[in-house]
Amino acid sequence: MSKAILNVKGLTKNFGGIKAIDKVDLDIHPGEIVALIGPNGAGKTTFFNCLTGIYTPSEGDITLRNPESGKETRLNGMKPNKITEQGMARTFQNIRLFPTMSVLENVMIGRHCRTKALIFGAVFRNPATRREEEEIIATSYDILKKVGLHKQVDEEARNLSYGAQRRLEIGRALATEPFLLLLDEPAAGMNPKETETLVTLIREICKEGHSILLIEHDMKLVMSLSDRIFVMDYGKKIAQGTPEEVRSNPAVIKAYLGEDVDA
Amino acid sequence: MDYFIELFFGGLTRGSIYALIALGYTMVYGIIGLINFAHGEIYMIGAFTSFIVATVLSIYGFPLLAIVVIAGLAAAVWSSAYGYTIEKLAYRPLRKAPRLAPLISAIGMSIFLQNYVLLAQTSDFLPFPALIPDFEFMEPVAHIVGSSDLAILVLTTLVMIGLTFLIKFTKIGKAMRATAQDKTMAVLVGINVDRVISATFVIGSALAAIGGMLIASHIGQINFYIGFIAGIKAFTAAVLGGIGSIPGAVLGSLVLGLTESFATGYISSDYEDVFAFSLLVLILIFKPSGLLGKAETKKV
Amino acid sequence: MFPVKELKRSFLISIWFAFLTFPIMVIKVDPIERTVLWRWDNMFFIAFGSFVISILAKVYLLRKERRAGRKKAKKDIAEPFVQRILREPRFLYPLSLAVLVLALVFPMFFSTYQTNIMTTALMYVVLGLGLNIVVGVAGLLDLGYVAFYAVGAYSYALLNLHFGLGFWAVLPIGGLFAAFLGVLLGFPVLRLRGDYLAIVTLGFGEIIRLILENWNDFSQGPSGIANIPRPGFFGMDMSFASGITYIYYIVVALVIITIFVVNRLQNSRLGRAWLALREDEIACQAMGIDKTKTKLIAFSLGAFWAGFVGVIFAAKTTFVNPASFTFLESAIILSIVVLGGMGSIVGVIFGALILILMPEYLRALSEYRMLAFGGILVVMMVFKPDGIISNVRRSYRFKKHHSKEVIEP
Ligand SMILES: Nc1ncnc2c1ncn2[C@@H]1O[C@H](COP(=O)(O)OP(=O)(O)OP(=O)(O)O)[C@@H](O)[C@H]1O
Ligand SMILES: [Mg+2]
Repeated sequence: MSKAILNVKGLTKNFGGIKAIDKVDLDIHPGEIVALIGPNGAGKTTFFNCLTGIYTPSEGDITLRNPESGKETRLNGMKPNKITEQGMARTFQNIRLFPTMSVLENVMIGRHCRTKALIFGAVFRNPATRREEEEIIATSYDILKKVGLHKQVDEEARNLSYGAQRRLEIGRALATEPFLLLLDEPAAGMNPKETETLVTLIREICKEGHSILLIEHDMKLVMSLSDRIFVMDYGKKIAQGTPEEVRSNPAVIKAYLGEDVDA
Repeated sequence: MDYFIELFFGGLTRGSIYALIALGYTMVYGIIGLINFAHGEIYMIGAFTSFIVATVLSIYGFPLLAIVVIAGLAAAVWSSAYGYTIEKLAYRPLRKAPRLAPLISAIGMSIFLQNYVLLAQTSDFLPFPALIPDFEFMEPVAHIVGSSDLAILVLTTLVMIGLTFLIKFTKIGKAMRATAQDKTMAVLVGINVDRVISATFVIGSALAAIGGMLIASHIGQINFYIGFIAGIKAFTAAVLGGIGSIPGAVLGSLVLGLTESFATGYISSDYEDVFAFSLLVLILIFKPSGLLGKAETKKV
Repeated sequence: MFPVKELKRSFLISIWFAFLTFPIMVIKVDPIERTVLWRWDNMFFIAFGSFVISILAKVYLLRKERRAGRKKAKKDIAEPFVQRILREPRFLYPLSLAVLVLALVFPMFFSTYQTNIMTTALMYVVLGLGLNIVVGVAGLLDLGYVAFYAVGAYSYALLNLHFGLGFWAVLPIGGLFAAFLGVLLGFPVLRLRGDYLAIVTLGFGEIIRLILENWNDFSQGPSGIANIPRPGFFGMDMSFASGITYIYYIVVALVIITIFVVNRLQNSRLGRAWLALREDEIACQAMGIDKTKTKLIAFSLGAFWAGFVGVIFAAKTTFVNPASFTFLESAIILSIVVLGGMGSIVGVIFGALILILMPEYLRALSEYRMLAFGGILVVMMVFKPDGIISNVRRSYRFKKHHSKEVIEP
């Protein structure tokens, strides 16, 4: 097996007295779809926030390895924007789009870290800047086509339906050219049909060479999509393995007590 | 040594006045997360109201004690009424607006009230009647600590104790603490959040009004602009102590009052306000959570 | 028609306001003569005024509610008239041209006095546009904007006094000084939360003013610096009147340049980042935008413009003192941005012209000017937070060949 692109060792995050994450290890290999599941309040979102630099981890190491260049970077203490530049992008559980900006502009923002023009370019619009701007529009448009929103480019993001907003967030994250994509409950609030489209989309994205780590409560989706699953409860990792292994793991069943594990 | 003690008590007096104003900032911030920019103006209106009432009463020949009590009550009542009205008019409609909107509204309110008093009254400095007589027993130390210093210290302490009781033990106090911790939760357990917010403005305004009357009587003059500087300084004190924290506001005010007193006494009085502003800038840069405040991580 | 219940409500409101304003509006004491003046007429005005206003406000709110209800039913029905004009190049270009011609011939048809007032108004247009980058576009509430204006003005006054530097030499220097100060201040404070940033910048503005007031050796204190030369034109001697006209044209040129630059900035990678930062900082960072750097650029760019106008201000009045740079000045510029419509260039231009020209021409009003500024800030926030002219969102055009599959060989 090839080397892991994300390697998390002993990650811990304290909020005052409570340990939201307690010594969690996790690794992701190129081309994988990995799911992170667990009951409400298990610390999944906090885990994402630590990875992406929005929270500073209390302990542990996070290492990201670029699969193409082989460059390894320790992410601890890095600013969120630097981490995104390294090639890891995310979506948010409670959608955080730019509500009054257009759909296209939302995706264009994602191109920010891959482009350069500053004041000079903005004011004088030299050829390089113009080319860059055209590239931003073209790429963003292509991404919108991929997530199925190219007919609503000029719509304000806040006017989109819930499912469309989630897809737009994925599009915006893709625009940063990540090799690892983190999705926080992408199917939450979607109807079964929308979820189906989402599953196809995630498969497609994976096929194009992005690895994916997703948090999801929809067990059907998780079981059908994931190569491997990590299970958290009360901040601790309680199980990991293939969908079959996890499904039959007694600790997992206990954690989900009453919840429908093998849907 | 006398000079040091004089400066020390001067600082304490200043500090207690700042505390009376700073509490309003901190309580409002604690509950709705708004820097109530117009709070300094509430204090100014308190000073003006007590000035007007006290002067009218003294013209009609009331005894000093009656004047003090009635003027103080009038200041507290009207300032509270202003605080209540401002919240309803300028802040309540903006509860769900982006964060900057209520702040801009507050700044507008502050400018409006200043000019309202300027136009309705005067732009001149007005001599404020001395409401606190010279106590006889203070004579031996009068050159170091004045009677009005003592009165301010005692009164402020009493007000603080009263406020602590109010917040710790009364129903509205408990509701205020609950709302400050978690507004959604407070609604769920049946607290009328609107009423709690109004009460916070009323209490904060009354405190500021008392502060306004005391300092005006201490310094001996007022004008429409006194609220701006006092407001900024009290806000500095609140931030210094950790905005949102009530003991923090008191502590921050005393620290600020003493710092100012010693800095102007030993260094230079030209830069009195520069000290306060610089202190404000420095705290916000290096320790925005203040002395007693808790640093919070925003939940994402 | 208007329900009786509402009339009763308005009546109660008017009684409340009569009570509220009683000590300050009705009683006026003279502590020296020891006389009391009871101004009962004021109470009547207040009661009557608040009655009428409360009814009007209620009517407005009801209509707004009804309109919002209708809008939901039938989406994007009516784009406001002004917006449509601004969006359509075939209206916008001739209109801009007409305005430009009007601006150019203005001094020929109006007196020196009028030209001078117009110059002031246009200076505020530039200040407003500069602050608009910071507040309107990037969403950073800067309450100490006047400090940078002061830096520009004093740069010219002092560099001219000590080194004899001329207007044109100092113009860029003043801007750069201000921008440099902006970076210096912005670096530590821009990581602060929005409302803290507002207070820090306010404190900073006051510090600068107090220093100018008290550091006599440096700035000549409260009395200020006089006899600052007006701008020269290739060493030509100019009469007073043509000097005024000349400055007018300089300011017109500056307005044009500013509009051009601000417009281009808004429609650029940087401008988008500013807007996004205003809407959601955390999402921005997660999308790879360097928050501090992007804010710093907006902040110091705004400062640069203020410094620029500061130099012109010093040259226009030939005199500077600290009293010109109080917090109220910052508040006026902020009102311009808020009234006009945050982020909207045309809005800011209207805002500046209305707020600066109106009190000049309605002398009776000028006493109430600051009262109105304060009131406008509140009323705009409560009723129309987008300003009179809200920002036009740009839409992007696509050519077929834009698509990646075609571009890549
Ligand atoms: N900024 C914070 N401050 C304090 N506690 C926090 C903070 N962020 C998260 N927590 C706590 O950490 C724990 C884990 O929360 P987290 O949001 O990571 O759960 P989750 O697994 O994503 O749950 P869900 O499935 O409901 O999204 C919770 O108890 C939460 O209250
Ligand atoms: Mg979560």
